[in-house]
Amino acid sequence: MSEEKKSEPLFSKKNKALITNPLNSINPVTIQVLGICSALAVTVQMDNAIIMSLAVTAVLIIGNVIVSLMRNIIPSKIRIIVQLVIVAALVIIVDQVLKAYVYDVSKKLSVFVGLIITNCIIMGRLEAFALGNKSWASALDGLGNGIGYGLVLVVVAFFKEVFGSGTLTIPGLGKLTIIPEAIYDMGYMDNGLMLLPPSSLFIVGIYIWVQKARNPELIGE
Amino acid sequence: MAINRDSNVYTIVFATIMVVIVGGLLAFIASSLKPTQQANIKNEKMQNILQAIGLDEMKELQRDEAGAQFNDFVKRRVTINYKGEIVSDKTAEDAIDPLDKLDAFNINLRKEYSRFVKPILSKNKGNKDAIVAALSASENIHFPIFVCENNGEKFYVLSASGKGLWDDVWGYIGFKSDAITINGSVFDHKGETPGLGSIITEAWFEDQFKGKTIEEAGLYTPIKVLKPGKDLNNHQVDGISGATFTGVGVDEMLTRNLEVYYNFFKNNSEF
Repeated sequence: MSEEKKSEPLFSKKNKALITNPLNSINPVTIQVLGICSALAVTVQMDNAIIMSLAVTAVLIIGNVIVSLMRNIIPSKIRIIVQLVIVAALVIIVDQVLKAYVYDVSKKLSVFVGLIITNCIIMGRLEAFALGNKSWASALDGLGNGIGYGLVLVVVAFFKEVFGSGTLTIPGLGKLTIIPEAIYDMGYMDNGLMLLPPSSLFIVGIYIWVQKARNPELIGE
Repeated sequence: MAINRDSNVYTIVFATIMVVIVGGLLAFIASSLKPTQQANIKNEKMQNILQAIGLDEMKELQRDEAGAQFNDFVKRRVTINYKGEIVSDKTAEDAIDPLDKLDAFNINLRKEYSRFVKPILSKNKGNKDAIVAALSASENIHFPIFVCENNGEKFYVLSASGKGLWDDVWGYIGFKSDAITINGSVFDHKGETPGLGSIITEAWFEDQFKGKTIEEAGLYTPIKVLKPGKDLNNHQVDGISGATFTGVGVDEMLTRNLEVYYNFFKNNSEF
């Protein structure tokens, strides 16, 4: 990233912040509290979390760019509907392409691909950023928020899968056993609660705690 | 810009143009990707049927290899109705015609379940006689049988469809030549919770069915999915913790569908 920053004027300090800020100080999940729903639902296995993050990031970047390009012609009265149509169309295209070319992935994500539409991050960023900024900045904002969302998802999925199933499912590597059989023989048991959505709330809560403890400036009045 | 972007006319014209463009684009993409998607679905079905036979060499069968091997194993495709009457009987030499709706390979159990079976089940809840009468009367409910052969040994792959917690669950169950001992099974689902209900597609769950039987003392005995950790007899398998309702759905679909097949094989012992 730093190398690109020097040679590319496109990655000015301001633009770079568009990517790095969502990772921490304006993280979509932990600070803006957007996209919590899918953070609860698709984090039982690591591979679902990673693929979901990629899909959301792709839709977020493309959606941001399209809305940003159209920002001067979208009638303000129906702007939410226009955004919704753009996002819905993108999600359908992603879904169709996945079904045709990576059928297994599309089966794995099943309903969650469709649910990208309802992911608050996407509408939130379109409304808050893309409508008022140029397309390059919007693309970076989409990328940053997508990564920030993915970061939280991956952290949550890591703890849920390791403590819930004792495994880690990484795309391309398959299911890796993390907790060795010997520990189970000694009486250790997987925590069934970790497989259920409420455990994500605990983990996200602890994540926010750690994040704010390390960044005191994030603590509100 | 001279155009007033807040006027109603602009808004309506914008919305109309946008809908036409987006609609046209989506229709174009959907129809151009459709053949690839359908080939995927067809190959997956063949893969599921072949894997359900329960042969070890099939475990790693890839989806795109299934099409070439399908006819080597599946020698006969038979469709029966709820009363046990044969409505279609094809051999491996007969190509699968996508337009022949009665060909066992083309029977869409999920669609039949949601359109015809489910309304009957919910209308006559708990009244078994009424359910049986209504199911027998329906001409739209079919049961495919895939008669497979491997090294002279005969297998039957049967199929079942029902409802899990969120959406459809379905499966292919392979029987040995006695038609009461399960040799293999493949389950799948549309939208069960990842990491919970979706575990029905994993090998440890499917492998439990191998060797279980659906007959006890000459009577039909359904396969039961129990809460995990109980002692199991020859007609019971472990369910999945945290996915009770998916287990109930699998249990219900097996009980309901396998009974029809059981009666059919009992009445057609020469089949």
